[in-house]
Amino acid sequence: MSQTAISFPGARDTGTHAEEAVAGTSLWRDAWYRLQRNKLALSGLVFFLAMTLACGLGPLFTGYTYERTELSLKASAPLQPIIERVGARKAGEPRRDGIALSTLEDEFLDKPEADRQAIAGKIAHGDTYRDSRYTYQLTSRRHLFGTDALGRDLLTRVLVGGRISLAVGFAATLVSVIIGVLWGAVAGFAGGKVDLVLMRVVDVLYALPFTVIVILLMVTFGRNFILLFVAIGAVEWLTMARIVRGQIISLKHQEFVEAAVSLGLSERRIILRHLIPNVLGPVIIYTTLTVPDVMLLEAVLSFLGLGVPPPMSSWGALLDDGARTMETSLWLLLFPALFFSSTLFSLNFLGDGLRDALDPQSSKD
Amino acid sequence: MSRFLELNELKTYFPIFLGTVFRRAAGTVKAVDGIQLDLEKGEILGLVGESGCGKSTLARTVMQLIRNTGGAVYLEGRNLSELNPRQVRAERPNFQMIFQDPYASLNPRMTVHDALAEAIQTRGKLRKAVLTQKIAELLTTVGLPPNQMRRYPHEFSGGQRQRIAIARALAPEPKLIIADEPVSALDVSIQSQIINLLLRLCRERQLTMIFISHDISVVKYISDRIAVMYLGRLMEIGPAAAVVETPLHPYTRALVSAVPIPDPIRERARQRIILQGDPPSPLDPPSGCVFHPRCPYVKEACKRARPALEEKLPQRRAACIRIGEI
Ligand SMILES: Nc1ncnc2c1ncn2[C@@H]1O[C@H](COP(=O)(O)OP(=O)(O)OP(=O)(O)O)[C@@H](O)[C@H]1O
Ligand SMILES: [Mg+2]
Repeated sequence: MSQTAISFPGARDTGTHAEEAVAGTSLWRDAWYRLQRNKLALSGLVFFLAMTLACGLGPLFTGYTYERTELSLKASAPLQPIIERVGARKAGEPRRDGIALSTLEDEFLDKPEADRQAIAGKIAHGDTYRDSRYTYQLTSRRHLFGTDALGRDLLTRVLVGGRISLAVGFAATLVSVIIGVLWGAVAGFAGGKVDLVLMRVVDVLYALPFTVIVILLMVTFGRNFILLFVAIGAVEWLTMARIVRGQIISLKHQEFVEAAVSLGLSERRIILRHLIPNVLGPVIIYTTLTVPDVMLLEAVLSFLGLGVPPPMSSWGALLDDGARTMETSLWLLLFPALFFSSTLFSLNFLGDGLRDALDPQSSKD
Repeated sequence: MSRFLELNELKTYFPIFLGTVFRRAAGTVKAVDGIQLDLEKGEILGLVGESGCGKSTLARTVMQLIRNTGGAVYLEGRNLSELNPRQVRAERPNFQMIFQDPYASLNPRMTVHDALAEAIQTRGKLRKAVLTQKIAELLTTVGLPPNQMRRYPHEFSGGQRQRIAIARALAPEPKLIIADEPVSALDVSIQSQIINLLLRLCRERQLTMIFISHDISVVKYISDRIAVMYLGRLMEIGPAAAVVETPLHPYTRALVSAVPIPDPIRERARQRIILQGDPPSPLDPPSGCVFHPRCPYVKEACKRARPALEEKLPQRRAACIRIGEI
C-alpha cells in the first residue's frame, strides 16, 4: 500500500526512490537482530526450545512410562544389556522381568561360583538358559540413561521431570509477573500515599525469610502441585513489582508522556500505547531470569522433600534421589543434573542476551 | 474585547516535603510567582531568563500540565484554571507544546505515522487514506520527506526529530504553541533552520507562540516582544528590539551585556556587567525586589517593597523603582 505521490521540494533522500515509502525498523525488530547476532543467547534460545520440545513430546517415544516399576532391574547402569526372565506359564500370560547383565549372577546364588559365571556368560552370548522355574534370554532392550532403584527408566523420568520443572517455572513466573506488573504499575502511576503503602508492603515481604514460609505452607497444606507454584510465584513477584514501579515512574516524567497528556489523550490510551510498550523490555528480561530462579527454588523444595509427590518426578526430585545413591549409581545424579543445569544456563544466556538486545542504551542513536 | 491569552497574577508553587513515612511540609518553591502577561493573536513572545528561574514551570502551567496555585490562565476569554480535568482534556488540542529534548519527547516505540495519526485524530477519527494524506502534508510542511513516515524516532537525527515534534504539535491545529527551549539540545548549525521553520509556521498560520530560551539573541530574532523572567517573576517586558538595544531593568542590562556582538569594533567596546553571586534559592526568595542582592544599583528602598511591573515608556514595562535615575 503506497501513498499517492506527493511532491516535496528540498527533501533529501539517500538511495531510495522518493515516492516509495520507507519501512522503519521498530526497536523490537532491532532487538531481534541484535539477539540474532549474539551467538550465546541464540544458542540458549534454541537449546531451551529443544529442551521444552523434548520434555513435552519425548516421553511418548521412549517406550517406557515414568511410573512403571520393574524391581528385578534394580538400578541398572546406562545401556546395560537387559536379560529377560520369563516365569513358568501357569494361567494366562507368563511373567516377564528384566534383569541387568551386571546383576545376573545374583540370580544363581544357590549354585557354585564357577557355575554362576558360566551360566551368565552363556546368556550374555545369546544362548537361552532354562532352569526349573524360569527361562533366561538376552534382549535387545536397553535403557539409555539406565534405571533408578525401582527399575524405572531414567530417560523417561528425566523428561517427565523436565515437564514438571518447566511447568512450575513458567506457571510460577506467570503468577509473579502478573502480580508484580500490576502492583508495580499501580504504585508507580498513583504515586503518593498509594505508592507508599504498596511499596512498604513489598519491603516488609522482602524482609521475611520466604523460603521458610514456603516450606511452612507446603508442610501445612500438603505437597500440592498448584500450591507449589502459587507459593513460589508469591515469593518472586516482589522484585518485578519494584522494577515495574521504577520504570513507570521514570517514564511518567518523560517528555513524550507529557506530550501525550498535552494532546488530551485518555489515560487508558496513554497507559496502553505509551507506557506499557516501554516497560515491556525490562519485564521480558526479568521474566527470562525469573524462570531459572523459580526452577531452582522448586529444586530446593524437592531436595527438602517438599516437591511433587512420587511417583511423579521433577528435576529437583530426581536430583534428590540421585544424591542419595551417588556412591553406587552416579548416573542417577548425573543425568538430571546435566539436564537441569544446562537448561538453567541456556535461560541465563538468553536473559543476558535479551538484556543486551533490549537495553535502549545499547541501541543505535 | 479580551486578549487572546492572558495570564493574570499566575502562581505555581511546589510544596517541598521532607521524610518518607512522616512527611512534613518544609517550605514551598515559588517557581512562578505572580506573572501578569497578555498576548495578541498571532504574536510571538520571547521568554528569557537564567536556568531555574521558572520558564519551564510557567510553560507547563499555561499548558495546564501543572495546575496553578493561584491566579488564572485565560485563553480566548476562557479561564483554563477553573476547568475540571475532563474539560481541560477537551481544550487541549487548542494549545500545544514543543519540548526541549527531541530525544525524550517522542515515544520510541511509535512510528512517525502513528504518532502523528494520534495527534491529528484528537480532532476526530479520520478515514485511513485521508489520514495518511494529512500526515504526508504535515511532514512536507516541516521539511521532512513523507516517505519516511513508517520510520521510528531513533532512525532520525536530532534536528529531524525536532521537526517531527513540531509536526505533532501542529497536528491538532492549535491556536497557541509554547516552545520550551526547542533548539538548545540541537547543533548550532541546525538551530537556525528550526527557528526559521517555527517563525514561518507562526506567520503562515496566524499562530500565537511563547518561545522560551536563555539565549537573548535567538529570542530577539524570533520574537515580537520579549519578557525577562527572574526567580519566578517578570522583570521587564517590551518590544524585542527595544528591550535588547535599550534595556531598562538592571537585570536585562546584565543579560544583554553578556551577549557577544558580531561587530569587532563594538565588541571591543562592550562592557560586561558581571552579576555577583548565584541566583537566590526560590525556596527562600529575598525580600522586596528579588533581584536586589545582585543588583549594582541597589538602595535601601529596594529591600523593602516588591516593585510592580509598571509602564515606564510607551509599550515598555519594567519592575524597578530606579529606572528614571540610572
Ligand atoms: N516538580 C517540582 N517540584 C519541586 N520543585 C520544582 C519542580 N519543578 C521545578 N521546580 C523548581 O522550580 C524552579 C523553576 O524550575 P524550571 O524548570 O521552571 O526552571 P527553568 O527556567 O525552566 O530552568 P532551565 O533553563 O534550566 O530549564 C527550580 O528551582 C526548580 O527546582
Ligand atoms: Mg526549562
